Amino acid sequence: MTVALDAKDIAGRVDGAVPGSVVESTVECILVDAGSLPAVAAFLRDTEDLKFDYLNYITAVDYYSYFEVVYRMTSLVHNHSVVVKTRCYDREKPAVPSVVGLWQTADFQEREIYDLMGIAFEGHPNMRRIFLWDGFPGHPLRKDYLQ
Amino acid sequence: MTLKTEPFVLNFGPVHPSTHGVYRMRATLDGEVILDIEPVFGYLHRGIEKLAEERTYTGFIPLTDRLDYISSMSNNMAYCMAVEKLTGITVPERAEYLRVIIAELQRLANHCIAIGSFFNDAGAYFTPFLYMFREREKILDLFDMLSGQRLTYNYMRIGGFTQDIPDEFLPAVRKLLDTLPKFLDEYEFFIKENEVLLARAKGVGVLSREIAVNCGISGPVARASGIDWDLRKADPYSIYDRFEFDIPTCENGDCYDRYRVRFMEMRQSLRIIEQAVKDIPAGPVRSDVPHLVRPPAGEAYAHIESPKGELGFYVVSDDSIAPYRCHVRPTSLINLAALREMVRGWKVADLILIFGSIDICLGEVDR
Repeated sequence: MTVALDAKDIAGRVDGAVPGSVVESTVECILVDAGSLPAVAAFLRDTEDLKFDYLNYITAVDYYSYFEVVYRMTSLVHNHSVVVKTRCYDREKPAVPSVVGLWQTADFQEREIYDLMGIAFEGHPNMRRIFLWDGFPGHPLRKDYLQ
Repeated sequence: MTLKTEPFVLNFGPVHPSTHGVYRMRATLDGEVILDIEPVFGYLHRGIEKLAEERTYTGFIPLTDRLDYISSMSNNMAYCMAVEKLTGITVPERAEYLRVIIAELQRLANHCIAIGSFFNDAGAYFTPFLYMFREREKILDLFDMLSGQRLTYNYMRIGGFTQDIPDEFLPAVRKLLDTLPKFLDEYEFFIKENEVLLARAKGVGVLSREIAVNCGISGPVARASGIDWDLRKADPYSIYDRFEFDIPTCENGDCYDRYRVRFMEMRQSLRIIEQAVKDIPAGPVRSDVPHLVRPPAGEAYAHIESPKGELGFYVVSDDSIAPYRCHVRPTSLINLAALREMVRGWKVADLILIFGSIDICLGEVDR
């Protein structure tokens, strides 16, 4: 059984390793500051007893006042999982640092989020639309998108 | 005199038999050797995640059929499980057994196509393919009995099923359990040690364990690279913890191992079905669920081991009758992440085979 680790415990450790990174934490997920996301992700991936080597998926949700980017990670070694979230409040030019350098699986998924939700991932080597064509007006998964 | 040479860009698809749908890639070649490929997606993009937001929770089930249309039942199951988790609905015992039987039948049907088309790509033009299709057709007949459909079943519901199985279904499954193993033995006898296949597939398109984990690869492709990870064992859902079965893995991570893993998995699926058919209890197949499901505000993620790998649904509810957000974790798209590493340095003919050995469905890649 994959154990969903208590995110509050991990949040304490994350905040110790990357001071000021944790904004909020519940039992289910850790909410981190967007700027410190790569450092947090690297800590979670490389710490021996956490070892989140497998990134299940990345997705984004539009809550009108902010975008939430969701990362679910699993450790294939220890068989446990955690959810990390980050928010960006800018609707004009939302941006979050990319984690492609840590998990290559993020490549297509970050491009997908950019395409459909309009969040740019800084540091991504190929930040272009993936499904829709260049010049497509708007980002369809946003809640204020009108057909 | 030296000849001036330069890299050459060759376009594959989107309409080409080797791309298993409307996948397109631009391959940069040095002679016949692949230097790099650039995948191009989106020819089948229908905006299914957006469409979910305009439908009721039950109304989205027919659309999940159109994700990975080779294994629609698995999509139904993953989505229903996510909504059940979000709402706190439990599924009756009989329905759980049925879900396991159907999910494993679906795995058999999917691997029939995966293996058959793999041999097509290897150059065994259509003979192994059609034998596999003949067997798959028998499984589709079973699904036809349940739902009246051959491909897009729309059979599962939140909390169970639309209706109970007809009386002739379980005897027909037992008959399949009798005949299919013999077919598999015979098929494997002809193919397994085939010299052409060994020359074409062994050691070709090797995917190392490290790259596979880093690229988020799951399913048979990951297990061929030596990753002992199957959600049926690693994170048992439904009632998979009650059955005895093994997770076949291979070590080399080449095209041949990916084919081998699928073949071994088919035998394990038959084992699971056999146990489930024996133990299936009587009773209702759907729990008491209101016509319009209205989950409390919150979010849930449920994943299953679909025939192609980890298929998950991330559903966010805002306490209304339609999902606020519904994200599909697309197995096929994520499994393509390692394709570039796998094909570099191989020839064009190997590209077709390596791509075919991943077993993707474009309905799920583009959504």
